[in-house]
Amino acid sequence: MNRRVVRRWVSNVMVGLMVLAVIIAVLPLLFILLNLILKGAGSLSIAFFTRVPVPPGETGGGVANAIVGTLLIVGVASLIGVPLGVAAGVFCAEYPGHRLATLTRFVADVMNGTPSIVVGVFAWTLIVARQKHFSGFAGSCALAMLMIPMVMRTTEELVKLVPNSLREAALALGYARWRTSLRIVLRTALPGIVTGTLLSVARVAGETAPLLLTALGSQYFSLDINRPMAALPLTVFQYAIGPYEEWHRYAWAAALVLILVVLTLSILARLATRRRFTLNG
Amino acid sequence: MATTSLPEAVPAAGAKLEGSRTGDRLFRAVLILAALAIPVLMGFLVAELYTGARLAIDKFGLHFVTGSVWDPVAEKFGAFPLIMGTLLSSFLALLIAVPLSLGVAIYITEFSPKAIRQPIAFVIELLAAIPSVVYGLWGIFVLIPVLRKAVFPLLREVLGFLPFFQGPIYGPSMLAASIILAIMVMPFIMSVAREVLLAVPGSQREAALALGATRWEAVMSAILPYARSGIIGAVILGLGRALGETMAVTMLIGNRNEISLSLFAPGYTMAAVIANEFSEAATDMHFAALAYVAFLLFLVTVLVNAAARLLIWRVSRGPRGGKGR
Repeated sequence: MNRRVVRRWVSNVMVGLMVLAVIIAVLPLLFILLNLILKGAGSLSIAFFTRVPVPPGETGGGVANAIVGTLLIVGVASLIGVPLGVAAGVFCAEYPGHRLATLTRFVADVMNGTPSIVVGVFAWTLIVARQKHFSGFAGSCALAMLMIPMVMRTTEELVKLVPNSLREAALALGYARWRTSLRIVLRTALPGIVTGTLLSVARVAGETAPLLLTALGSQYFSLDINRPMAALPLTVFQYAIGPYEEWHRYAWAAALVLILVVLTLSILARLATRRRFTLNG
Repeated sequence: MATTSLPEAVPAAGAKLEGSRTGDRLFRAVLILAALAIPVLMGFLVAELYTGARLAIDKFGLHFVTGSVWDPVAEKFGAFPLIMGTLLSSFLALLIAVPLSLGVAIYITEFSPKAIRQPIAFVIELLAAIPSVVYGLWGIFVLIPVLRKAVFPLLREVLGFLPFFQGPIYGPSMLAASIILAIMVMPFIMSVAREVLLAVPGSQREAALALGATRWEAVMSAILPYARSGIIGAVILGLGRALGETMAVTMLIGNRNEISLSLFAPGYTMAAVIANEFSEAATDMHFAALAYVAFLLFLVTVLVNAAARLLIWRVSRGPRGGKGR
């Protein structure tokens, strides 16, 4: 009898510890968001979004160049990475037994586990070292390489979920195979692919390490992707480790903007899939 | 392609079939090219890293791994402290993150009320979405002051008899970097462990409960052993993340190229040295040495990830996952 009490007691204590683990795990998110709002929101102003950085000591600068830089670098990265990832994913799902599909799937997993700084070194040797100058485009290529495996794997998973009866119906109606893939299969899987793509965009938008070796950062406003370019994550990093009080305030504000973008993208992505699942029952 | 204007449900025999066959071939060719691009890119990556590092590989060979002098001016490079720093910070991060993330994963698959399962998982996935550099910023201005003023002195007082908790307290340190790393890898371990636990059949738990086990005993005796190799896989996956993590570590570890027993002392990691020195490197040998570091880091993460995949794959394969060791 006594042993049973002890055993039940141990069980309850362990559950209590697990609840504690949940609380400890959730706290950082709350603290980080709270700190970002408290320390960052005060520095947000119209000038912050419309002006370029000013030299230390002066006030009233902004990070317009970094916002535009991030949009450009991530935009070009998506233009390269998304079509490649989707096409490779469709291939792996539509020809699952093909030898190349097995190889691509395996290599994509390796790619997914490759540290982003290593991809940055690769983009540096491939592009920056050859061109002999840093550029936003090299940054785009590095980010695209980080996006490809993510987009590919979600595309593959979702295309596989499309019921075969849909393919057969289309083929029976006289559709060619390629049109079946494009207009029936891909369209059915589209909402999920959009989710995966948004998530991968959210992830690379916050990437800093590869940009340090490629886009480098810049104090000036520039739309030329072939030159060094500012980006929000780089701004956060450079201002955070800088010596000036003023810079630290900008770092918090830039981080707040960055996290709003990233979290909005992630939440949008999840909402898109949720709606899809409820529609399909 | 002129046939596309025909009503689609009316196949127009010969011409259309002919057209669709070239269409099929073209489509397939495009897909194959895209699928081929991925292995080709990876091949390029390995080749570029190797040729980039060639100068250093030829000069230092394996002494690079054992040497501990890192002097760009004298062109002497040894990465031992960096490698140790990477391994130590990742190991400490796992030490903190594994119990926490397993606790959370077990709680939300086995114990929690249904209503809060989704919200907890959602919040933890958001943690995974926060960029590394934001963790770094938060670490510098919020976490480190708290650690320096409250946590580190307390640790030194209570556990000061251990060599790890002795010596002067700086803010940026091995321990600070490990704590931020733990917060960052926790969501990854948690979500994979959760999937593995969800794959354990209900009969496993029911059998244990029917034999009179408490719910905790059911977890320990029936569920965890079944999911063991998958959970180890989740942990190793987290290790892969921790090894390659750059920004937050660079901002918190203090970037000093030394090995110290004290966890309050600053350290350095492979990823951090690349981030700090690459854009300022002046000599070819310095670049080559940094590329060598990147090459080593790449090899380690590939091995670690391959091991993790293998273990997770064994569990999701079927009921033999829990057997043997």
